Amino acid sequence: MKLVSEFRDPQLAAHLIKAMYRTSRRAVSLMEVCGTHTVAISKNGLRQMIPSPISLLSGPGCPVCVTSNRDLDKAIAVARQPGVILATFGDMMRVPGSYSSLSKERAEGCDVRVVYSTMDALRIAEANPHQKVVFYGVGFETTSPTIAASILEAKKRGITNYLVLSVHKLIPPAMKALLDSPELNLHGFICPGHVSVIIGSRPYQFISEQYHLPCVISGFEPLDILQSILMLVQALETGQAAVHIQYRRGVREEGNPVALRTLDQVFEVGDAEWRGLGLIPESGLKIRRKYRSWDAEEFLDLDVPAPRKAPGCLCGDILRGIKNPFDCPLFGGKCTPESPVGPCMVSSEGTCAAYYRYERYRVQDEDRGRRGEVPQLKPAG
Amino acid sequence: MCLAIPGRVIEIDGDQAEVEIGGIIRRASLALCPPVRVGQYVLLHAGFAIQVVDEEEAQETLRLLQEIGDIGEIS
Repeated sequence: MKLVSEFRDPQLAAHLIKAMYRTSRRAVSLMEVCGTHTVAISKNGLRQMIPSPISLLSGPGCPVCVTSNRDLDKAIAVARQPGVILATFGDMMRVPGSYSSLSKERAEGCDVRVVYSTMDALRIAEANPHQKVVFYGVGFETTSPTIAASILEAKKRGITNYLVLSVHKLIPPAMKALLDSPELNLHGFICPGHVSVIIGSRPYQFISEQYHLPCVISGFEPLDILQSILMLVQALETGQAAVHIQYRRGVREEGNPVALRTLDQVFEVGDAEWRGLGLIPESGLKIRRKYRSWDAEEFLDLDVPAPRKAPGCLCGDILRGIKNPFDCPLFGGKCTPESPVGPCMVSSEGTCAAYYRYERYRVQDEDRGRRGEVPQLKPAG
Repeated sequence: MCLAIPGRVIEIDGDQAEVEIGGIIRRASLALCPPVRVGQYVLLHAGFAIQVVDEEEAQETLRLLQEIGDIGEIS
């Protein structure tokens, strides 16, 4: 596929890795903020290819994972309301809230529908004029403009039974919250490529100016990520702290002005609760009063029980980059993709799901190697 | 969830487009996309084109990557 396969060339990847070995002099911890990067790193085995002094930590960039139990419970309460169709992206279905999940609620008879786009939710609203269609809006700056566009479209077409329950979040304030936390020792960020398609590179300037850390906005193919790691290592070795764009084919310094205008038209910044990071001021998006006719918060009188945390689940620590999935006592035993306890194991972009799918045998083999055991191959047939 | 895939615009009708991704045609909204022409590539996310792909920049990145390899072979 054009613009994809060229960035998967193994020979060029080998060049980049050799360059990293030539450049890397000291131990550094780099955080990939975005869940899509986490999956690409695990799936392509990049962690094992790069020099061992370079550690890659996963951050809070999976929107499904950082949605708090309180916000999940609220969506479940909405789904239980009579006359409501709850529409959402597929990733949200199996995420356990405090007491249930949207998937379980659907099995119990609630009308919960998976959509690919907000425009699908609008079509459902048009086809069901006597019901309220509530779109459960989860996502970062990549996705929130699509939700804003759907509200503008609903207004234009006079669709009044379409509502949005917004738990949208903003990435730069979460990065600031991580940097202000004393528990994390970071040397640089691999910044999210598709969030940056919308917001551009300027919102990360504070990281280089105030915290003196380099940032590289990266694409998602193996060569993109390897080049971004090399750029960060080079910056650290030469003592530079600046924001660079590796993903130049998609990201402009100013972002996407059309999407930013749409976003600003419909949403305003508000506080948001993040799993693992708690309440972060001005890190969420609320629907402006001008568009309150499409704001589910205005219409639904919800009785939501107090949230509860799954005992033993380390998703919160994993999202802050201070633990990895192998530190969690539930990982791979009580918590698997088939029977997830925490959201990081449910979402296709969750750190635990990525480690479970692509890296769990590596660690088992490394453990056996340390014990001096040689993995035995089964004879064919 | 922040996945976006490059696809080639094959038809534009108002703020809607048909976009070809690996042989599959998808309908996409152009409501969030900077001005785009038929034949250009866009990044597609959740039914919306969210950016026009800069193919020159893509070639420039690949050229840079090749250069890193060439330097490695010399040194």
